[in-house]
Amino acid sequence: MRSLVTFIWKHYFFFLFLLMEILCIYLIVQNNFFQRAGFINSSNQVSASILKTSADVGEYFFLKNQNEKLAKEIAELRSRSKESFSMLANDEYTVNDTSYRQKYTYTSAKVVNSSTNRRNNYLTLNKGSKQGIKQDMTVITSTGVVGRVKDVSDNFCTVMSLLHSKTIISSKLKKDGSIGPLSWDGADFGFATLGDIPTNVKLTKGDTIVTSASSTFPENIMIGSVESFELKSGEKLFTVKVKLATDFKKLSHVYIVNNLLKDEQEGLEKRSETGGKEN
Amino acid sequence: MLNEIIRNIIRFVILVGVQVLLIKNIELGRFINPFIYVLFIIVLPFETPKWLLLLSGFIIGITIDMFYDTAGMHAAACVFIAYIRPGVLKLFSPRDGYEFGTQPTIQYLGVPWFLSYSAILIVLHHIVLFYTEVFRFSEFFSTFFRVILSSVFTILLVVISQYLFHRKKEQE
Repeated sequence: MRSLVTFIWKHYFFFLFLLMEILCIYLIVQNNFFQRAGFINSSNQVSASILKTSADVGEYFFLKNQNEKLAKEIAELRSRSKESFSMLANDEYTVNDTSYRQKYTYTSAKVVNSSTNRRNNYLTLNKGSKQGIKQDMTVITSTGVVGRVKDVSDNFCTVMSLLHSKTIISSKLKKDGSIGPLSWDGADFGFATLGDIPTNVKLTKGDTIVTSASSTFPENIMIGSVESFELKSGEKLFTVKVKLATDFKKLSHVYIVNNLLKDEQEGLEKRSETGGKEN
Repeated sequence: MLNEIIRNIIRFVILVGVQVLLIKNIELGRFINPFIYVLFIIVLPFETPKWLLLLSGFIIGITIDMFYDTAGMHAAACVFIAYIRPGVLKLFSPRDGYEFGTQPTIQYLGVPWFLSYSAILIVLHHIVLFYTEVFRFSEFFSTFFRVILSSVFTILLVVISQYLFHRKKEQE
């Protein structure tokens, strides 16, 4: 026993090194494999407030751009509001309050930190658990999808952006509804890859890709348009290169989407899955 | 001695600030991510105790991790180069050892010595960092390309910053 202690003491440099590396690996693994609110990420108070100040300063330079974008969005929303529609026929508008219920609520948030040039990119937003943000909520912007909330602190949250090796979005061709998984190959932040589109679908450049009903995003949120497509040898399905509608480099204001019926749907699906196994 | 500690703490703050507020926001293309903060570990004094070497590597790594959302990847790379630093110093040591009171910088040991010493540490740091980040072999060559380009830029920045510090010292 004593010789063991002297051995460790003699080579303490190596063992200290080993200990620290194991600690690092533990942190990496914990952060990647379990989506826990880790301490060491940019939603912790110290680094988040520094990054926020830096983003606040930077924001002044883009105010004009943002104003134009917001004005455009207001105009678009106004055009969708009830006042801008004329009555067609009464029976089409007899909407009574109980036949619709709200499925999604939206919280607007500001991006205080983001990246596009790494393999796994994250955003930090200025809304957190105090504003009702929870893990796994989806994030969109006026132009399209952004990502999914990963960690939440009191006033900030980090978002796993679409530009992340583990993000896969179930999406569909708006034209005929063919569904396929969309992921990012790490090459260019303007493009993503959509797989599993059957060859009988007549694709053309410019076809719109939107989120499908089975994704965690609301249905029919814009993702992008078809840039090119190819049939790899030996495969029966198209691989489509999608030009993303969202410019991840210019993200500033985004909306966090809360699916009010998500828990109910997931609970039900889980129940029937486990029920099926018992039979 | 105390002076040296304060000097290193200031260097720590400046390097982290430059890395996080400046370099993080400069995008030089997808393959170039220089990490100048490694300079902190490179120029720690020769007399630094080995445990302190590892600890300072760990602390600067974890600080950078907080800002980059990489939880432990930078720390792992920094601890690794802190561990091999004594070996690399030994490999490049002059015939009669390093003079007492000198530091592993350009002004004490010259450009060729500093270049080879820092290049080894920086390339190893970038290899560990980028391969842990990707964590698969299918992107082996694109990651390798990224390591090489980023290392070149880091070395360039490190050497430039050495001359900046050097000039400041003369004015003092």
